[in-house]
Amino acid sequence: MNQNPGTSLTGIQNFRSPKSFSRKQVVIERKHRKHTLSLYVANKPGVLIRIALVFARRGYNIDSLVVSEGKDPDFSTMNIVASGDEKVLDQILNQLNKLVDVVTAHDRTEDDIIQHELAMFKIRCSGDNRMQVLQLAHALNCEITDITETTVIFQASGTSEKLDSLESVLDPYNIIELVRTGKVLMAKGEELTSF
Amino acid sequence: MSKLKSGAEAIVDVIAQQGVEYIFGLPGGAAIPIFDALVDSPVKLILTRHEQGATHMADGYARATGKPAVVLVTSGPGATNTITGILTAQMDSIPMVVITGQQTTWNLGLDAFQEADVSGISYPVVKHSYLIKNPHDIPRIVREAFYICQTGRPGPVLIDVPKDISSAMIEPNYDEEFHLPGYSIPHEIDKDDLMAAATLIEKAKQPVLLVGHGAVISGAEKAVTYLAEKMHIPVSNTLLGKGCFPESHPLSLGMLGMHGTAYANKAVDAADLVVSIGSRWDDRIVGNIEKFCVNAKKIHIDIDPSEFNKTVTMDVTVLGDAKAVVEALTAVMQPGNTKDWLRQVERWKKAFPLKYKKTGRLVAQHVLDEFRRQVQDEGIFTTDVGQHQMWAAQYCLTEKRFHWITSGGAGTMGFGFPAAIGAQLAHPDKPVIAVVGDGGFQMTLCELSTAVISRLPIKILIINNNFLGMVRQWQSLFYGNRLSGVDLEGNPDFVKLAEAYGAKGLRIRRAADVKRVVSAALAYNDGPIVIDAMVSKEDNVFPMIPAGASMGEMILEPPKVAMEKPVGST
Repeated sequence: MNQNPGTSLTGIQNFRSPKSFSRKQVVIERKHRKHTLSLYVANKPGVLIRIALVFARRGYNIDSLVVSEGKDPDFSTMNIVASGDEKVLDQILNQLNKLVDVVTAHDRTEDDIIQHELAMFKIRCSGDNRMQVLQLAHALNCEITDITETTVIFQASGTSEKLDSLESVLDPYNIIELVRTGKVLMAKGEELTSF
Repeated sequence: MSKLKSGAEAIVDVIAQQGVEYIFGLPGGAAIPIFDALVDSPVKLILTRHEQGATHMADGYARATGKPAVVLVTSGPGATNTITGILTAQMDSIPMVVITGQQTTWNLGLDAFQEADVSGISYPVVKHSYLIKNPHDIPRIVREAFYICQTGRPGPVLIDVPKDISSAMIEPNYDEEFHLPGYSIPHEIDKDDLMAAATLIEKAKQPVLLVGHGAVISGAEKAVTYLAEKMHIPVSNTLLGKGCFPESHPLSLGMLGMHGTAYANKAVDAADLVVSIGSRWDDRIVGNIEKFCVNAKKIHIDIDPSEFNKTVTMDVTVLGDAKAVVEALTAVMQPGNTKDWLRQVERWKKAFPLKYKKTGRLVAQHVLDEFRRQVQDEGIFTTDVGQHQMWAAQYCLTEKRFHWITSGGAGTMGFGFPAAIGAQLAHPDKPVIAVVGDGGFQMTLCELSTAVISRLPIKILIINNNFLGMVRQWQSLFYGNRLSGVDLEGNPDFVKLAEAYGAKGLRIRRAADVKRVVSAALAYNDGPIVIDAMVSKEDNVFPMIPAGASMGEMILEPPKVAMEKPVGST
């Protein structure tokens, strides 16, 4: 793992493909405004379905979802990134809060809190561009976690936006597999993330 | 140390401790332990002929008393048959506990006989649901279920009980405290919101109170009446709001919305302030959101914050119990001047009354009007869904809480008759009239046996036009009268049918017979009686605002020209 994830991807500014980035930005502004939600829920079977149903019923897509047992094992923390019609988000939050198994549900999109995600990229590279790919990985502060004669796996962590940019930069290099953990959140200082 | 009991006995104990009088249900393999425990319980079982009937009976009982009602069925199809009834209760915020038997825990997910993921199926239509995996949780979970179903905004709670869990022996603790950190009920009324609402109401020149089911549930009748009288504000009610404010009151506008009175709709349309007290501004009322009450400020009082700004955008929202909020509001306000407005409302009432003809062909309104006239304020009307429901809403004026029982949100056909069984059990001495259509009645008429066995003197009034009338009305108004799937050719002889079940049957064919037959029906109290009112086949319900249309597009009588298809769904 990178020791300093907050600054690990600063180098990518120079490599960003302006075209693909701007397209993404327009889409985000128009409709697919992504929302980062933090939930504190009962840790028992069926809770995830109840929550997922609220999103599905109002046409929201869940882009990423991270669930982990809380400090109190009777509860879980859920971080959800979801996109859909801006107008219905408040109602989704109200409906989530209405579920008996949901203790709290908050929109953390606009808040200044720690947001972190990890991604792994498997790139096919043999022969000519192999050195180029490895140099790029180094320049981007990616960790190389696996290397074979034909493939390389990079691992990177940082904010979701940085990983988005990294994805665009690596896009021309034959990514054959990509996986991201989804965003985890934590409020700074004394503030508690889910309350 | 308490005595060892089976899980099933613990379930039944908690039910009895909650003061439940009746359980409505139908057994099956997985529920046998619980039915066995009922044998020694003071709680009486009403054996139904179909599980859907059980849910509607429980629903009718709950609506007629305000108390939670209990359904008990078996696993698999027994449980899935309750889903329509659970949806009906959820949409209309009815307190209900549904207990479903389940396969043994080791067979869950293995497609064993009569196994279904019932708690999973229930998620979208319940307030909450449980699958009990540990028998020691039984007393706590059943008590939680009763607490959740009747507090805050009420709703159905389902408890799925595997057979090995109900058979297990436990030492029940009926006093264990439970914690529901994710469940909160608003208690404190926000002062700023309250004052903002009060200011708007005091300043309004043309205000209307819009009273919904939330006001009925919270028992806000006196509070609302006092508010209306003190501030001189006319009151309109939703279909489910009937019974909160007396519909014969001079300030009452009756029901608004798609088939509401013309004067209610005109008043709401022209109002400069609409105050919803426990009504969720649903599509039956709003029609076209863009054109709905464009000049009016809007206030919404509700106990469920997820209803705020869901459809119509509000100027002020006040979170809390309807009764508490209305009382607090009335206390801080001084009456404004609404004299001109009340005069205008009176003019509309005189100009656009509800009307029908008592001569010539028999019409539904005539029969309903006569029933209402003869039972006075004391009759409890339950209805099914369709034309007869709207006519009943228009003509069977409701004066008091618990006297109007109808499936509003879900619009469940087959609801009216079983709901009347629940209502009659709750009020053995009141006349209960189940107003049903010939279509809906046939969906749950097997419960005639249930009513006959308990000798319940329900008056089952079939508004029989040999059609699925509301759909036919739409097809004739908006689809060029191309009738499709609405002709109920092959209807049984309902009088003979009643007799086959051991009930009594009467028929009304002519307008001239209405008075006589209605009074004969009301005089018969030896069990259920079916009144087959063979009404005019092609009558339509008016006024009508087509779905998704605005108040300005209200039709008061049969249109002379072909109409466009409505943009709203139904």
